[in-house]
Amino acid sequence: MSESAIQFYPERATARSEPWLARAIIIGLTMLFLTVFVVLPLAIVFVQAFSHGAGAYFAALTEPESLSAIRLTLAVAAISVGLNLMFGLIAAWAIAKFEFRGKSVLVTLIDLPFSVSPVIAGLVFVLLFGAQGTLGPWLQRHDIQILFAVPGIALATTFVTFPFVSRALIPLMQEQGTLEEEAALSLGASGLQTFFRVTLPNIKWGVLYGVLLCNARAMGEFGAVSVVSGHIRGETNTMPLLVEILYNEYQFVAAFAVASLLALLALVTLVAKTVLERHLDQGRQTRDD
Amino acid sequence: MTIELANITKRFGAFAALDGVDLTVADGELLALLGPSGSGKTTLLRIIAGLDWPDGGTVAFDGENALARGAGERQVGFVFQHYALFRHMSVFENVAFGMRVQPRAIRKDEAGIHARVKELLDLVQLDWLADRYPGQLSGGQRQRIALARALATAPRILLLDEPFGALDAKVRKELRRWLRALHQEINVTSVFVTHDQEEALEVANRVVVMDKGRIEQVGTPGEIYDEPATAFVHGFIGESIVLPVNVAEGRVWIGDQPLNIAAPNVGGPSKLYVRRHDLRVGSESVGLRGAVRHVRAFGAIQRADIAVRTGGGETVIEIDTPRDQPLRAGETVELHPRRYRIFAD
Amino acid sequence: MTARAGRRDTLPGFGLTMGLTLTWLSIIILIPLAGLFLKTFELSLAEFVGIVTSRRTLNALKISFGLAFAAALVNLVMGGIVVWALVRYRFPGRRLFDAIVDIPFALPTAVAGIALTSLFARNGWLGAPLAELGIKVAFTPLGIFMAMVFIGIPFVVRTVQPVLIDLDPEIEEAAASLGADRWQTIRRVILPSLVPALLTGFALAFARAVGEYGSVIFIAGNLPNVSEIAPLLIVIRLAEFRYADATAIAVVMLVAAFLVILVVNRLQHWAQTRIPVH
Repeated sequence: MSESAIQFYPERATARSEPWLARAIIIGLTMLFLTVFVVLPLAIVFVQAFSHGAGAYFAALTEPESLSAIRLTLAVAAISVGLNLMFGLIAAWAIAKFEFRGKSVLVTLIDLPFSVSPVIAGLVFVLLFGAQGTLGPWLQRHDIQILFAVPGIALATTFVTFPFVSRALIPLMQEQGTLEEEAALSLGASGLQTFFRVTLPNIKWGVLYGVLLCNARAMGEFGAVSVVSGHIRGETNTMPLLVEILYNEYQFVAAFAVASLLALLALVTLVAKTVLERHLDQGRQTRDD
Repeated sequence: MTIELANITKRFGAFAALDGVDLTVADGELLALLGPSGSGKTTLLRIIAGLDWPDGGTVAFDGENALARGAGERQVGFVFQHYALFRHMSVFENVAFGMRVQPRAIRKDEAGIHARVKELLDLVQLDWLADRYPGQLSGGQRQRIALARALATAPRILLLDEPFGALDAKVRKELRRWLRALHQEINVTSVFVTHDQEEALEVANRVVVMDKGRIEQVGTPGEIYDEPATAFVHGFIGESIVLPVNVAEGRVWIGDQPLNIAAPNVGGPSKLYVRRHDLRVGSESVGLRGAVRHVRAFGAIQRADIAVRTGGGETVIEIDTPRDQPLRAGETVELHPRRYRIFAD
Repeated sequence: MTARAGRRDTLPGFGLTMGLTLTWLSIIILIPLAGLFLKTFELSLAEFVGIVTSRRTLNALKISFGLAFAAALVNLVMGGIVVWALVRYRFPGRRLFDAIVDIPFALPTAVAGIALTSLFARNGWLGAPLAELGIKVAFTPLGIFMAMVFIGIPFVVRTVQPVLIDLDPEIEEAAASLGADRWQTIRRVILPSLVPALLTGFALAFARAVGEYGSVIFIAGNLPNVSEIAPLLIVIRLAEFRYADATAIAVVMLVAAFLVILVVNRLQHWAQTRIPVH
């Protein structure tokens, strides 16, 4: 029996594995669950978008309404990503490189938008800037339009995407410590020089990672934007809002065509995220050596 | 309980972790598996425990095929290198675990479990820690709790993987003595793995020296130290001085100088192994001599670098001599190996 | 806020960056949220209670919280199964399945909403066979539940995954060699080690589902008292210019969100204070 011992007891190859039947059930359930809830919804977007052929698809995308929604979405994303990138870098510097009382409270506050319903994120700006809102009358007198216009949409989007960049940077910068910055300063670099020449190169993949996720959410945000946009066709409709309108008007091909662009954005984001995570892991390993 | 291993092989991909290992462990023995990392000693221990399966060979406990049983059915107590205590359980629950997972038919009642845990914690002298959690214990305490846990269900064999590896030097010395005493008390067949020769020689009744998946030598600590069977064992145990020699015409040559020592049965290029304390300066000449390069004094001894002319050039060796036998840099001295071994290359 | 005394900070810019951080945080997050709470003070307590306990509001809250809890439970169980398969087994497509777990994070909610609706509609890929069995999904509370399961998928998987990967294999071997069978090892040793991460994932999935809007409203049917979620009721009240009503509902939801944050923070603290064994 000596040579064949292992074949008599294959299920005991290690103390850390389950019987094959349990394994098969667990893998089967995983595949079934993710297929039903993730693969099929994703697939149906593209199938529906092309259900009347590529011609109808591209026609829907080149409608003036679609083009205006795409432009608005890009503009809003650029504004909120830019603002949150700047904020994220500043906040991460303060939080990651210094010790102070109340740090965990501050981090919790920054993460707050993740826990707030997007509808509420829109609502707070309506309460602030709406006709009946706190600042509404003042704004009206000075003829400043925030609600139902680009500034409102950008503000609501900034609110919901607020934590992404700082959240990507704080743990990364904490891991890296302050030694390199101290070395640069002792060599006579100024604070800004230290930041741009030492800190930023060390966190560039983290910055990209934060920007990527921030951008994906900014372009896809629906609830918050829906509350503040006013749904003015051709003016304040972002792509997700246009999807809703087209869908509710039973223009399914057009709705799914615009949706397919957003789905594509999600897929590209995921691929880029995987690549960036690899870079971040590598950075971590080389530091460990 | 005896353990018989025959022709055990185990490969991890292209790497042969164990390459035809035969070993018998006698009942009540305290055996050390000693070797450098990668020698296969831990793999062998895990195969005995049922945590790994060999690719070939047999494992028998008291003549009964152990490979027919899984890890949980072998009645083997295993103490892990990093203890592997369950950190969400108290010390008490850790020790009680083995009893709690027994089949209902043989499981002790709560009072029985309490009594047994108390008995074991007394045995490892840590009864006052019962309500603590592993995170609150020192390394030495964790080690002893892991041992108590392994002993709770009265295993027939006790296996320990680098039992003192993660401890600092002082605690390690203490625990060694303690483990020896404990083994005498419970007298269960025990095997432990170590890469520390001092630990193996001091604690075990018998030592198995392993290298590259093979057993190099099995013997008592005395045998292993005084009569190393292979060049590897000589080099691995104790401090060795190694000189390249040549065995030809029934004589041992160093360079072109014949040595006045008995030649072994080997032939051709070989190595002469001497323990440092077995290499004396002066007295009778065997033809081994060298030039003193440098002398330093340390308390009662002085340490000298001596250059010995060997085949290709010279080999500098370091030896200790008493202070009352002064050496001067530059002089040539006779070297006398009191005990030595010659192994062919 | 000042840097903690006793440690001289060698890097510059603490005052400036901290000042900017607090200012910007206040403008974008804190002041608008505070405004929401201030708005509720314009209501008397009776008015507030009246709004919150009105039949339609109460039903909307019940639907949102109840279905979110049920969906988070499903995500707890299924997330546990999925993460186990992804970490412990090798099977064809594993890396792909691992990657798509994040789709519900990345896919805009409106897209998810219309996709799930056409998938589960009576003539949809899954809706048709389910209709044959007499199960109606789209435009019923069951549809809301499905959408909430969808958006909650990543939370349990991604919080448990790193913990399961880092779990010391020796722990399981120790249990096995002490005589535990595989199920005992999982139940008594592995699961307790994963509990903080599992509960954190559950809480996060629950919080997300409670506040979810985009992926739910398309499939919900939005029938008052039956399939109308709380966030939608906020939007409806806003459209009717009943700001007070909208605000009162929002405050209830916000308080619930704060409670979830508190629970998650406690869980994280608990997980960290279980001191590592080596």
